[in-house]
Amino acid sequence: MSVQTTDYTVSEIRSPAAFIASRVFIYGALVFWAFVCLFPIYWTITTSFKSAVDVTQGHLVPFVDFQPDWKGWRSLGLSPDSIFQTSTVRDEFLKRFMNSVITSVGASGLAIIIGSLAAYGLVRYRYKFAWFKNEDISFFFLSQLILPPVVLALPFLVLYREVALLDTRIGLVLLYTLMVLPIVIWIMRDQFNSIPVELEEAALVDGLSIWGAFFRIVMPIALPGMVAAFILAMVLCWNEYFFAALLTSTDAKTIPVMVASQTGSQGINWWSMAALATAAIAPLAIIGIALERYLIMGMTAGSVK
Amino acid sequence: MAEQTSTANAWPADPADLIPAGRKRLGWGLLALATLGLLAIIVVQVLYKTEMSTVGFDTWRPVIYAYIVWGAALGAWQVLTRGEDGQRALFLLPALLFTIAMVIFPTLFGFYIALTDWNLSSFAGRRFNGLDNFWQMLADPYYRNALFNMVLYVLAVLVEYVIAFGLALLLNAQIRARKFFRVVFLLPLMLSPVAVSWMVGKSLMEYRFGPAATLARHLGWDNPAFFSDPITARISIMMLDAWTFIPFMMIMLLAGLQAMSREVLEAARVDGATAWQTFWQVTFPLMLPVSVTAVILRIIFKLKLADIIITLTSGGPGGATDSVSSFIYREYRDRSNVGYGTMLAMAYLIIIVVFVTWLLKFASRFVRNVN
Repeated sequence: MSVQTTDYTVSEIRSPAAFIASRVFIYGALVFWAFVCLFPIYWTITTSFKSAVDVTQGHLVPFVDFQPDWKGWRSLGLSPDSIFQTSTVRDEFLKRFMNSVITSVGASGLAIIIGSLAAYGLVRYRYKFAWFKNEDISFFFLSQLILPPVVLALPFLVLYREVALLDTRIGLVLLYTLMVLPIVIWIMRDQFNSIPVELEEAALVDGLSIWGAFFRIVMPIALPGMVAAFILAMVLCWNEYFFAALLTSTDAKTIPVMVASQTGSQGINWWSMAALATAAIAPLAIIGIALERYLIMGMTAGSVK
Repeated sequence: MAEQTSTANAWPADPADLIPAGRKRLGWGLLALATLGLLAIIVVQVLYKTEMSTVGFDTWRPVIYAYIVWGAALGAWQVLTRGEDGQRALFLLPALLFTIAMVIFPTLFGFYIALTDWNLSSFAGRRFNGLDNFWQMLADPYYRNALFNMVLYVLAVLVEYVIAFGLALLLNAQIRARKFFRVVFLLPLMLSPVAVSWMVGKSLMEYRFGPAATLARHLGWDNPAFFSDPITARISIMMLDAWTFIPFMMIMLLAGLQAMSREVLEAARVDGATAWQTFWQVTFPLMLPVSVTAVILRIIFKLKLADIIITLTSGGPGGATDSVSSFIYREYRDRSNVGYGTMLAMAYLIIIVVFVTWLLKFASRFVRNVN
């Protein structure tokens, strides 16, 4: 795997033949991996336009191998000819979709708010709660990342029943917030660390309060970091399945749970399955492509100095 | 509760002396009132639920509201009695109160459930049975098997790391359309694991018509059943999981490569090092801290592996692909065995905490030695 270093170290001084060989190898590897990444997505999208025969015969190329049809989308009530008719499946789908949107946006938003505040406090001030100092508090927050969902799932199942939060979106929002909070604090600590403290000192001299300085001076500068943390949190919440599968049944079910429960009595309707999967992955794929810069910023926070 | 030393960067002098006594009294009064209210509601609920009184609420939800009010009073108390120091503590309080309520209490409660015999589908209800679940766990071959699988799954991270490193090197090379390839390589991370396991695991790798099976037949594998014998099934699960998570490590490693100074590589080239030598003696050692961070984070995520297994194989064939999470999930879903499942989860938590602590210690020593 390491041969590719050839490129930036030696390529300039090698013979043209070796140069071309290394180019061919690099682009070959790139194209191969791009194929590995894209083919499953291509398969998902095309399958939603296939009929049963086309699926079982493994046809691949639309218009050449098979005649595309809105079959999968019609079964969801989202094809051009069925979109204006009433459809229970579509209502169901939209409800799940909205549940996913509300829980992931709500949880990411809540995590950004309390996580940014905590990260800012931890970066700028010294705390001492009993014998816990800043490092211990930071460690306490970040250590939540280790906690596997399965440990919390059963206690929460019981507790949520007691407080009537089972199968509610609020219940999911709270759990997802807990899940992404360590990551948000990790990213935001990195962000606030990179802001020079002189800015706030100047603001305080000018008569702003501590919170005034935070909202009017620090927040606007840290906004890109917040967007990065928000998007990363969105990705995690949107794709979360474990808690949603255990803690929701009818009202608050999210898209991944709906996708997972698609086995019909006569086997699987691949076309509708594919349409559903496409609809489930499309929002994040679009966000990811459009805001890729922020995603990368979030993932690399703190790892490189 | 929150005692604060002076700030690191010399903020204006501590104004605690300037706060009038009346304002302090107000703060203490508020806190006392809120604490009493919270305790009162808890007591009323406990009495009501143990049927010692007839006054109370149907659910425990009012306790949550009381906790929120108490949290607000705690914040107000900080600001009223300690002025600017209190305002600083206010940054931390929401996250702290939230995490404590959401983690500490449920975990403690979980340890209690773990010591009970509690099956939701039986009428008997909850019954304390001490360490019975623990002894049952020690004798459970399926749990041991799931733990063993976790070891295999974690070891697979090393393979993922090699691939991710290779991809990061590719993206760091002098190539055209770098941004396009980066976006494409990143895409799998964004896709829902459940949708992926359906469309890739169940459809693309379908025995009869899946393109992956067709390809495998062309390559000479007569019987491309990806999920029927234990070893192949494990490898298939590992591959699917790797497919979604390789971008994560790749991006971190790529950032590390881009942060590396060009001069070191130039110097190595001037000294006549071959590409192979440059990689092993310059690039790789310099990348070690980033690598360790990426691998540890990936392992932590790997330890939570469940979605793909639950949707794709339900642990089969014969528990061969079970991760601990998916095993416990089924223990609850299929057998409603809350008490025993929680015991398994708590044991897993302790194993993980010990393992990750050891890993961090080991890694920090490793990194320091090299630098």
